[in-house]
Amino acid sequence: MLTKLTHWSRLKSPWILHLNTGACNACDIEVVAALTPRFDVERFGILLKATPRHADVIVCTGPATRQMKDRLIRIYEQTPDPKFVIAVGACAMSGCVYRGAYNVLGGIDQVIPVDVYVPGCPVRPDAVIDGVVKLLNKLKG
Amino acid sequence: MKFQIPIGPQHPALKEPISLRMTVEGEIIRDADLRLGYNHRGLEKLAEQKTWIQNIYLTERICGICSHSHTTCYVQGVEKLMEIEPPKRGQYIRYLVSELERVHSHLLWLGVAGHEAGFDSFFMYTWRDREIVMDILETISGNRVHYGINTIGGVRRDLDEQQVKHILDSLAILRERSEYYQHLGTNEPSFVARLAGVGYLSREDAIALCAVGPTVRASGVPMDVRKDDPYGIYGEVPFEVCTADTCDVLGRTVVRIKELFQCYNIIEYLLKNLPSGPVAVRAPRRAKPNEVVSRYEAPRGENIHYIKSNGTDKPERLKVRAPTLGNYAATIKMLKNGFIADVPLIFAAIDPCICCAERAVALVDARSGQERIISMNALKKLSRQVSAGNARKREAEWPL
Repeated sequence: MLTKLTHWSRLKSPWILHLNTGACNACDIEVVAALTPRFDVERFGILLKATPRHADVIVCTGPATRQMKDRLIRIYEQTPDPKFVIAVGACAMSGCVYRGAYNVLGGIDQVIPVDVYVPGCPVRPDAVIDGVVKLLNKLKG
Repeated sequence: MKFQIPIGPQHPALKEPISLRMTVEGEIIRDADLRLGYNHRGLEKLAEQKTWIQNIYLTERICGICSHSHTTCYVQGVEKLMEIEPPKRGQYIRYLVSELERVHSHLLWLGVAGHEAGFDSFFMYTWRDREIVMDILETISGNRVHYGINTIGGVRRDLDEQQVKHILDSLAILRERSEYYQHLGTNEPSFVARLAGVGYLSREDAIALCAVGPTVRASGVPMDVRKDDPYGIYGEVPFEVCTADTCDVLGRTVVRIKELFQCYNIIEYLLKNLPSGPVAVRAPRRAKPNEVVSRYEAPRGENIHYIKSNGTDKPERLKVRAPTLGNYAATIKMLKNGFIADVPLIFAAIDPCICCAERAVALVDARSGQERIISMNALKKLSRQVSAGNARKREAEWPL
């Protein structure tokens, strides 16, 4: 009974933490744009949270710079279980144009496990919503 | 009793990773220190391995909000190196996108300022209207954020009658909404009370600390590259440089709202006087050995690109001085003797774009934790000192 309730509430209110690991800001503003009236992800119960301790889903942008690596791991560990990671943008997936640069690790999945990849450079807000909904479907099944 | 408070790299007030160390006495900030490098990707080095054309798309990805600023600044420089002049229509479309980008950036900033001041409905309003600009940009270029419209020698897409009409129609809505924001930003008592007097930066300090863009204009200095050193078509377009003399966050808000109206005027002028003809000329693949400095007024201030060519199809050096970097010194000054609660507001007021500004190299001594910034010459000297004792092969033959 209790597990059913937590499962249901998890599906209805995934709280997200937005984390920039060296992105060019384009994906970040598109993630924020997804929260604003035109796209409005709050209708799915999605709320942008300020601290990893409140979040269920980490929305990661950027190709993971060397200096962010330790911070990224720390933030991942601070997030309570069960936690999910969405890699937003081509950078977060593989490094995009920065691939091969000396200070870039080339993708979030080089550092922490990733559940959903959202492609695009930058991603459209619609794609961010699609990614979140896909994650929710993954949780249902 | 002094305390040190760290803010960032992951912090609710910051959308991008940066670390602020504040030394506070009670509520009052006595000293502030910025730690950078979380967003350093090594872009300038990467640029040396890519061709002139490939670098347009790389410089576009320096920053997502002022992406067109960086490409235009770069392309202007490369066109000077290659000694080509883009056709008039191409230039008009290029700077039309520039002004549209300024509108979207300022609307975005107004929303963020409203959010930091605790006025979230303002944030939602401005971001809703920002979507109108994003739609225009999407119809012109096919993408919302990285437009990819610049190319060496002009632009990649042309405008048709229908698009011009669409832009003019949307502009009427934006103008009406901006008038409402102007009324709100200058008359809403709680909003004005929150912003007035916060983050004071005197005229003398603004000049001495080399602040740029709306930050310096809000301190009463009419500094704008578009007027001071007109590039492209700005010599022939009528517009005014907007200033305010309150020297605080309120002034920076007013300057940006005023600039919105100037942008609308410029866009209207460009569309009504759009010349006919081709939009681009063919560019050579190589550039003669030379160097050039290109200046551009980005939404956040003056953007400088230094480009050096060596006769091949790749640049030898690309140096970017983004406007946010110019504003960091002034930010420290603004933060000092302010309240902790004002930090997000003051920091947001320079419209920081951290990804633009991550260029410097800081060396940290791993044992003592001591930090120092090192210049290229000092680095060379250091490497010579280290390698001085090594046996050197005289008269070595060049392998190629």
